[in-house]
Amino acid sequence: MHIYANPTRFLALAKWLMPLCFWSGLSLALGAMAWGLFFVPPDRLMGETVRILFIHVPAAWLGMGGWTGIAISSAMLLIWKHPLAAIAARAIALPGMVFCAVCLATGSIWGRPTWGTWWEWDGRLTSMLVLLFLYAGYIALTQAASREGTTPKIAAIFGLVGAVNVPIINRSVVWWNSLHQPPSITMGKSAIDAAYLTPLLVAVIGFSLLFGGIVLMRMRALIADAQVEARLRRRALDDDVPLAGAAAVMEQA
Amino acid sequence: MREELAQWDFVALAYGVGLVALAVLALWAWRTMVNAEARRDAMRRR
Repeated sequence: MHIYANPTRFLALAKWLMPLCFWSGLSLALGAMAWGLFFVPPDRLMGETVRILFIHVPAAWLGMGGWTGIAISSAMLLIWKHPLAAIAARAIALPGMVFCAVCLATGSIWGRPTWGTWWEWDGRLTSMLVLLFLYAGYIALTQAASREGTTPKIAAIFGLVGAVNVPIINRSVVWWNSLHQPPSITMGKSAIDAAYLTPLLVAVIGFSLLFGGIVLMRMRALIADAQVEARLRRRALDDDVPLAGAAAVMEQA
Repeated sequence: MREELAQWDFVALAYGVGLVALAVLALWAWRTMVNAEARRDAMRRR
């Protein structure tokens, strides 16, 4: 992994990996959604609304997975000072926030016909909303660091501390009473019928690849921005050298 | 009393919200990448 801490080497990898992840992810995600929409039978209790599963669960998985990625990149930034770790964490933040928002929105839409309410302040929904606010805070911190041209150390610490919320979201339905159902998929076991489980797994893989493709796009954009900024700074320094020389001559005179 | 709701409306709304959000995110990410790399390449050529 340390090999790819070099932006040039990473860009060579990202150039072919990004379209591969994006297009394969998009095909799988769209295929799984069409499968879920048109070929899956309605559920005995939830009826047709069970189809929301194929967009809600991958969005929830990537909302939490995104923050886990931020925490890992933040640790790499703080421990090894990898130049790409800060860029990776920054690149994950916005897609992660969008997936978290999609999870909340689709969950709320699903809640109305199944629970009879759009929103309930229970452990799962509240901790997921906290994750959305954490993403917003993280984006604000990284943008502030980028404006000042400093290493986003505070954002990295925030990314690590915020990771505490991920297991809280995961265990919230076990720890507290909730309208949300308990975990259907645990280590090696699943309470979901194969008719739903197979397209759900395809959707999770597809959306994960799509997420990876989007994160790679963001990383390429952030690296290009950093290269432009570095070149502009170098040019400004080069322009300053004759001026500094002239100032020295003036002083001697 | 059980409230009767058109379930497909909620399914369509959820898929609509998800697809629009993903399309906007993907297009924005692609556009910012293309613009940033074009800016960098133009600066290299200068």
